[in-house]
Amino acid sequence: MKTANRFVPFLMLGAAVMFARAPFMIQDAPLESTMGLIQKIFYFHVPAASATFLAAAVCGIASAMFLWRRNPAADHVAVSAAELAVVFGIIVLATGPLWARKAWGIWWQWDVRLTMTLVMWMVFVAYLLLRRFGGPGSEVLAAAVGLFGMALVPFIYISVNYWRTIHPTTNVVPSLPPEMAAPFWWSMFAFVLLFAAILIVRVRLESNRAALEDAYAALED
Amino acid sequence: MNGFKRVIAVAVGVTVTSAASLLAQTTSGFEPATNIGKESLPAGPLVYTAYAIVWLVLIGYVFMLWRRLDRVEKELREVAARIGSGKRA
Amino acid sequence: MSLLRAGWIIARKDLVVEIRSRELAYTTLFFSVACVLVFAFAFVREGRALEDAAAGILWVSIAFSGTLALGRAFERERQNETLKALLLAPTERPAVYLGKLAGLLLLMMCVELVVVPVVGLLFGAPIFRAPFLLAGLLATGTLGFAGVGTLFAAMLVRAHSRDVLLPILLYPITVPVIIAGVRGTAAIFAADPNFDAALSWLSMLIFFDAVFVTLAFWTFGPVMSE
Repeated sequence: MKTANRFVPFLMLGAAVMFARAPFMIQDAPLESTMGLIQKIFYFHVPAASATFLAAAVCGIASAMFLWRRNPAADHVAVSAAELAVVFGIIVLATGPLWARKAWGIWWQWDVRLTMTLVMWMVFVAYLLLRRFGGPGSEVLAAAVGLFGMALVPFIYISVNYWRTIHPTTNVVPSLPPEMAAPFWWSMFAFVLLFAAILIVRVRLESNRAALEDAYAALED
Repeated sequence: MNGFKRVIAVAVGVTVTSAASLLAQTTSGFEPATNIGKESLPAGPLVYTAYAIVWLVLIGYVFMLWRRLDRVEKELREVAARIGSGKRA
Repeated sequence: MSLLRAGWIIARKDLVVEIRSRELAYTTLFFSVACVLVFAFAFVREGRALEDAAAGILWVSIAFSGTLALGRAFERERQNETLKALLLAPTERPAVYLGKLAGLLLLMMCVELVVVPVVGLLFGAPIFRAPFLLAGLLATGTLGFAGVGTLFAAMLVRAHSRDVLLPILLYPITVPVIIAGVRGTAAIFAADPNFDAALSWLSMLIFFDAVFVTLAFWTFGPVMSE
């Protein structure tokens, strides 16, 4: 973790530079033929969604490791990833309806993918609630929840491809024209960099907190 | 730690100024919303709100993290000092 | 002692306790019917239910009464401190999970045997149109719900705020069950039934069960150990 900490300034700077350039690239990208301007939300909405799923996966894997090996570092990563899943989830769930309002005429639609994304977000909110209010020993319980949250992700992915829904399918990205693909992948990379940087910082916060608790305990001796 | 803070400050400054400059640019020269969305909702405000949300959430969260980290590390140093002085005594 | 045999003994213990007191059965049953009633008032307009209301009400009642039953079943263990004894018993941990799950499934089956005819009666829902399909949906849906619920209820036994935390944790994770159950049942009950859709939803439920019950089974041991 110490070595990871040293990467943070570079990751942050890289992400910041990319985020600074991104709006200009997005502005220069062509308008989409049916949706027009509103489609430009896509350049941040989809990468944020990817970041959310990435966070969910990280939380799930870390939860599994904590559950079976009781490694405290795994627990720190799990809770940090859960928090990030909630934060990026807020971005997805806030920008999505803004796009939907213009593109489909309604703020929300109970199609399977939207619903499942909301549900997954709620799973990780529940994870954080459990850790906050569950009392002692809730790290282990939360790990089980994190694991189940990760297991839900494939259901979200499959649901779009298996049942016809109003939401754009997952097959849009491979067929993007180059003028749209460039800003999209730029944004995606920016989000991933930012995600990595924030995750490392958040994990550092968590391990410092644990060290603080240990220090207080040692003080009492 | 100071170096890290400086980098963060620069990064935040860069992103904020670029976002502001984008807004300044597009409001003056951007056309399509009126052509496409004539009978219905103008897309412009929705797009701006969406991007504003993204910036605010991300910057807000990073800022909160930075403050929490500062606070915890300060406390850690204090407690470590107390333990150190306790041991010596 | 084999896993299944141990599980059966635990389930039988619960069954015996339940048959003697009938506490869970009566309370859960009447709660589910009360649920149907309350939702009926919410969704009935001018004496007729809204479309698809029957399917939705059915599954919501199952979910709510299932949550209550889960809470009560483990509350009983907690009050008598028998959960610790069960976990200390010389069987593999997952046997406890299987036993409690079996007991709960039996209870839910009894509840559904009453609620489904009630819904059929009150809403004119054609419950005999595709009985095996409907039974399949109910069986797999209940298994998915109870499978995850048993794990969560067990692990929350010693936690604070366990009463409210159980639904908070359980409902988001079992949303696929509710979606599939309601949509599948609605496809059967609809004026123009779509059995293919119902079969697709059934297959999703089977997939969900396979993944999540297995996951719960594996996780039970590590979660319950200190």
